[in-house]
Amino acid sequence: WLLRCRVLPLPCTRTYYADRVARLGSQPDKHSSEYQENYERMKVLVDQLRDRTEKIKLGGGEKARTLHTSRGKLLPRERIDRLLDPGTPFLEFSQFAGYELYGKEDVPAGGMITGIGRVSGVECVVVANDATVKGGTYYPITVKKHLRAQEIAQQNHLPCIYLVDSGGANLPRQADVFPDRDHFGRIFYNQARLSSEGIAQIAVVMGSCTAGGAYVPAMADESIIVQKQGTIFLGGPPLVKAATGEEVSAEDLGGADLHCKKSGVTDHYALDDNHALHLARKTVRSLNYRKNIEVTVEPTEAPLFPSDELYGIVGDNLKRNFDVREVIARIVDGSKFDEFKAFYGDTLVTGFSRIFGYPVGIIGNNGVLFSESAKKGTHFIELCCQRNIPLIFLQNITGFMVGREYEAGGIAKDGAKMVTAVACANVPKMTVIIGGSYGAGNYGMCGRAYSPRFLYMWPNSRISVMGGEQAATVLATITKDQRTREGKEFTAEQEAAMKEPIVRRFEEEGSPYYSSARLWDDGIIDPADTRLVLGLSLSAALNAPTKKTHFGVFRM
Amino acid sequence: RGVRFVSGEVGRIEKVLIANRGEIACRVMRTAKKMGVRSVAVYSDADRHSMHVAMADEAYHIGPPPSQQSYLSMEKVLEVAKRSGSHAVHPGYGFLSENTEFAEACKQEGIIFIGPPSSAIRDMGIKSTSKHIMSAAGVPIIGGYHGEDQSNERLQAEASQIGFPVMIKAVRGGGGKGMRIARSDSDFLEQLESARREARKSFNDDVMLVEKFVEDPRHVEVQVFGDMHGNAVYLFERDCSVQRRHQKIIEEAPGPGISPDVRRKLGEAAVRAAKAVNYVGAGTVEFIMDAQHDFYFMEMNTRLQVEHPVSEMITGTDLVEWQLRVAAGERLPLLQEDIALSGHSFEARIYAEDPNNDFLPGAGPLLHLSTPAADQYTRIETGVREGDEVSAHYDPMIAKLVVWGEDRSAALKKLRYCLRQYNIVGLNTNIDFLLSLSGHPEFEAGRVSTSFIPQHHADLFPAPRAPSGETLCQAALGLLLQERKHTEAFTQASTDPFSPFGSSSGWRNNIQFNRNMRLQLGDKKVDVVVTYNSDGSYRMQVGQAVYHVTGAVELEGGASFLHCSVNGVKSRPKLVVLDDTVHLFSMEGSAQVSVPVPKHLAGVSGSGQQGGAVAPMTGTIEKVLVKAGDKVTAGDPLMVMIAMKMEHTIRAPKSGVIKKVFFVEGSQASRHAALVELEEEKEEEGSSQ
Repeated sequence: WLLRCRVLPLPCTRTYYADRVARLGSQPDKHSSEYQENYERMKVLVDQLRDRTEKIKLGGGEKARTLHTSRGKLLPRERIDRLLDPGTPFLEFSQFAGYELYGKEDVPAGGMITGIGRVSGVECVVVANDATVKGGTYYPITVKKHLRAQEIAQQNHLPCIYLVDSGGANLPRQADVFPDRDHFGRIFYNQARLSSEGIAQIAVVMGSCTAGGAYVPAMADESIIVQKQGTIFLGGPPLVKAATGEEVSAEDLGGADLHCKKSGVTDHYALDDNHALHLARKTVRSLNYRKNIEVTVEPTEAPLFPSDELYGIVGDNLKRNFDVREVIARIVDGSKFDEFKAFYGDTLVTGFSRIFGYPVGIIGNNGVLFSESAKKGTHFIELCCQRNIPLIFLQNITGFMVGREYEAGGIAKDGAKMVTAVACANVPKMTVIIGGSYGAGNYGMCGRAYSPRFLYMWPNSRISVMGGEQAATVLATITKDQRTREGKEFTAEQEAAMKEPIVRRFEEEGSPYYSSARLWDDGIIDPADTRLVLGLSLSAALNAPTKKTHFGVFRM
Repeated sequence: RGVRFVSGEVGRIEKVLIANRGEIACRVMRTAKKMGVRSVAVYSDADRHSMHVAMADEAYHIGPPPSQQSYLSMEKVLEVAKRSGSHAVHPGYGFLSENTEFAEACKQEGIIFIGPPSSAIRDMGIKSTSKHIMSAAGVPIIGGYHGEDQSNERLQAEASQIGFPVMIKAVRGGGGKGMRIARSDSDFLEQLESARREARKSFNDDVMLVEKFVEDPRHVEVQVFGDMHGNAVYLFERDCSVQRRHQKIIEEAPGPGISPDVRRKLGEAAVRAAKAVNYVGAGTVEFIMDAQHDFYFMEMNTRLQVEHPVSEMITGTDLVEWQLRVAAGERLPLLQEDIALSGHSFEARIYAEDPNNDFLPGAGPLLHLSTPAADQYTRIETGVREGDEVSAHYDPMIAKLVVWGEDRSAALKKLRYCLRQYNIVGLNTNIDFLLSLSGHPEFEAGRVSTSFIPQHHADLFPAPRAPSGETLCQAALGLLLQERKHTEAFTQASTDPFSPFGSSSGWRNNIQFNRNMRLQLGDKKVDVVVTYNSDGSYRMQVGQAVYHVTGAVELEGGASFLHCSVNGVKSRPKLVVLDDTVHLFSMEGSAQVSVPVPKHLAGVSGSGQQGGAVAPMTGTIEKVLVKAGDKVTAGDPLMVMIAMKMEHTIRAPKSGVIKKVFFVEGSQASRHAALVELEEEKEEEGSSQ
């Protein structure tokens, strides 16, 4: 019964009476002041998250939206809703891209909506320009978001559908958009490379595709254009007039009739947005795509505890301890968790479980990492790679233990083992920052630099090289030492005055919104949605064929 | 009760051929099975898969769909009777049931014809003869002229003598054909000519009679039964006053408001009538009754009538069993004093027809059919099942719903309750009309007459009410749940059966998922804005009104019910989703809501609603009046088709140029088939939304 069933017509459960697993988690004391305070404060954060996202959902201003719809065009989110299998979920990424990033310029969602959803039964990456935001032009963050979506498509082997409605590069910012490796040109590089890997590239031209933008449909495997709305040209009418004096309308220069009947740049002619999306769905149906799941799946089972209890358990105070097992109990199927090495290196919790029926190995922090915890984590990652089990990191880490004893014990060496294991693991990795993410702890727990397939943050979380307090204290100590050497005084007031801006700055830059605005993560999520977000991410990740893991040298 | 067994000669009936189709064939077979008599069915090409064929012990093919070449073909039916070794032929009603020649032919072949002797059929078939006989037997008849002299002058003089208004009727007529009313001397000749024309066409005989026309009469008929031993009984009267197109639609027994004394007089007159022609078997003596409950003989139907079940229900008898026994030579199972009247019974005839379009008969598939549960007091007499087709070749009756109650109001209540559970999708039916008819206060009061429908026309055809917001929510929910079912089925059959991408939660990260569902109500479009709540319920907004909606579809007895709650009010309408249309049936009535076909699909859908003209029903193209390239304006006649024995002119729905004509004269067109391709004259394109 250890045989791996590759395709399961009907789920077979591999449990027998004696195999019943102990359920994880405990009933919280909902009347305790700590629980209530935690709950309320997390609720405030979640409500804030929802309010902010609802605003971003609107896209550009009302005027831009009205102008957009008056042309018979659907808003980008409506386009996505109608592209997807009706009523199915959409895993949207980086809603806060560009959030408070360009000073007075507001670029909701970075002017682009990206995410994964099911189209004709196939999980696809959708990239939709929002023409109501600065005409859908590409800001630096828009480029980054587009490239990240393509990276997700590449890593998880997901067909890409581009709903194009963009004026191209944002000219005032061309220097930050055009020349570098990870700038505009990379989009088309990626299209070619993705296509070469057999990852379908489908473009739906629902607005303008000017200059560089023209290459999105031109580089696509299959493209669709909407009559009287979609245009594709390397140079628009003003540029043509400037260059050659020729006067020509946008429609005649690069409309659907031209490209479907004469140039052959586009393949399908749509009467309107709805028709175009219908054609895109048909195109996906013709991909002959079959998802091959190379892991076992079992019928899914809800956790035993309601997910909103996470609010009361975790709260917003990072200094408050909680048992990560209580978090796991509210994420995994049936709150069932087979813990590995429960009594060894207990500041790191490791174990096997399932989320929406998919097998997962979970690594969660229960305090600072010691040598044992790091070695245990390394061992567990090796197991998961050996068994092709996706890894989930629940990150809440202040870092590795410091101090003479620990340095002497080789904590750097043991930490390096874990970092090596995380870096080399080729199974799907996913990270959720549920609390603090500081220092080398971020590395060992699969931070952004370790290329997890997806990385999400809770609204209470913080990310920085170290805590603001610690940073301020370190800096203050150094200054004090310097002053002392110079024989100068360093009063408590001076110290406080020095520390305050450092703490404030760390506080601001450590915020998940600051992180999300710069695409250091794939989005901020409601803790109560964690299970679903991970389930959707796993489902998407399992589209990619398994890659064998080869670890580097583990320093012993 | 005095059931009498017969001594002496008995013809054996162990195998009976039913020379009919549809519900009556099934009805006869049920009794035959009960009595251990084997049944033989005959069928035309159109009935190859019909219920009566499936029910029979044996079935024989007798020709193409048109009844002249199948069910009306005496030679073929007799040939099958002989080949199958049938001892008797049950003709049902219609077709060969009142054909003397056929009754005679059966006799000659030594096969029992289940019906009266041919002489009785002949005597009663000619109206003037029957009136003479009745008059002689002391049965009250209405004043009139039944003479040989058919000159216009004579007929007009007789009419003046009787006093206007008068009825001009073809002697061989029936079913309203060849019948006209002359209200005054001045329009007599016109009406006479018209009646003659129709009679010639229908019966090839234009001999007319003239009689007193009773204003707003009731149609009361008495079920009689005779045997070969000279016994005759009556099984009380039925009231069949409410008619449309001169055809019955709802019948009841006993007649409302008829005193026991009048009842006895009616019965005895009917028995006298039967005895006067030595009647054997089941027959019906029809009377017209005026407001004073005076009644006059109209005619005698020498067959088992469509509405016989109501008489069975109030007397606890099985008249088909009686027919078989009497035909075999047995005595009547009951004599008059043994027959007791108990309770009240209604029969509603469910037709494929469009009451809003002058009861235009229809045909087509029964895509969905669910009926109330049959029991001792509820009978569903039908010859079709879900998936069957109501054929354009035959009578468009789908079923008879028969109910019994302790008294008239109990039976009526039951009738309405059951009608609401009789749900059909696929073609127009008169069910909603029957509901408004049976719910009309005047009908409830038993004040019925043959003019009931024209008199209460406004009440019976209420302006269609737009579905309520609640109903729209139910329809939207029905569509959402249907969608969910599709998604679930797809996911479960996929290689990844538990993927959360297969859920229909409409989940969106940190934001609510709103969705605009545009629904089509008749020719109006309504937007329902649906918000998916995280607990699986929905918030729906129609205009300014907001509803909180939850629900699930449950299967019960083959039908789907939408168990739903709209703003806390729970209901469970029956739900049928076919293609893009939701049908909801509840005790409050039925509603139909569809999803408009998007512009880009309209071109490929064959509904033809966009362009050309479509056949209103299945029928034969009689005339093609246009050819490709013709310019037509809206309302121009394009084709004439014959369907359900009626002529229909198909007109251009809009102005344009005929691009193609899809049918030639004489070809068959199915319901909703596009007849021509019509290219609209260029008009300014509207907004694309």
